Amino acid sequence: MKYVALFILSLIFWLLLTYNLTIPNIIVGSIASLITSLIFGKYFLKDVVPFLQPQRYFWLMVYLFIFTWECIKANFDVAYRVLHPAMPIKPGIVRVKLGLKTNIAKTILANSITMTPGTISVDIIGDEIYVHWIYVYSENPEEYSHKISGRFEKYIKKIFE
Amino acid sequence: METIGFIFICIGILFNLFGCIGLIRLPDVYNRLQSATKCVTLGTCSILVGVIFYYGFNGAGFKAIIAIPLLFFAATVAAHALVKGAYIFGVKLGNKSVKDDYEDVPKS
Repeated sequence: MKYVALFILSLIFWLLLTYNLTIPNIIVGSIASLITSLIFGKYFLKDVVPFLQPQRYFWLMVYLFIFTWECIKANFDVAYRVLHPAMPIKPGIVRVKLGLKTNIAKTILANSITMTPGTISVDIIGDEIYVHWIYVYSENPEEYSHKISGRFEKYIKKIFE
Repeated sequence: METIGFIFICIGILFNLFGCIGLIRLPDVYNRLQSATKCVTLGTCSILVGVIFYYGFNGAGFKAIIAIPLLFFAATVAAHALVKGAYIFGVKLGNKSVKDDYEDVPKS
């Protein structure tokens, strides 16, 4: 089943990339997708049931809007710190606890953290993530874990778990 | 439509410029990567959105739509790998740093 899902996804990707709906193009794309899905199918997701649940797509849309807004805010924040003559930075690496279980959810959360205000994820060990922060606002672990990951965690839990 | 596209492209070039200024001004590897990933990724995404508006939904526009998520994943994963690699290699945090929880953790 997951081989079929990967085949359909890569065929859609091929058709969007070439943007050409002629018969020869579709045949070439099918062969390429078939080879890809035979080689990489076993590394794909464990099962495809989450792909067929519509509420996950709804939360994905909500999450994309929130994420884009946070991303734009992050850029203005970093641009302000870069252009300010005194450079108001106070960097450090902090440890944040995660409430997520699956690997894909952790990966997406780490990527989101990298794109949001002044934070880069350095490493994940178990269920703790180490984050480099350009301005450490407070020393209190609860406060900063809410500031770093709290905004995204509940949406990612609904989408990927 | 073309005017909106040009506005997006100009914003993107401006953010890329901020990212490059940050790359020169900030003190150590970790802070430089902050500006390199964030400003440059949003700047390039903005340029691609401008391309979508400029060309409309034909071949070039769809290639730009596909390029946005690919760029996003590539930039974040590259930033993560560079930061971790720099830390394991032994690059110290700059003098302004206030906190380091990662110091006494067994690295894999």
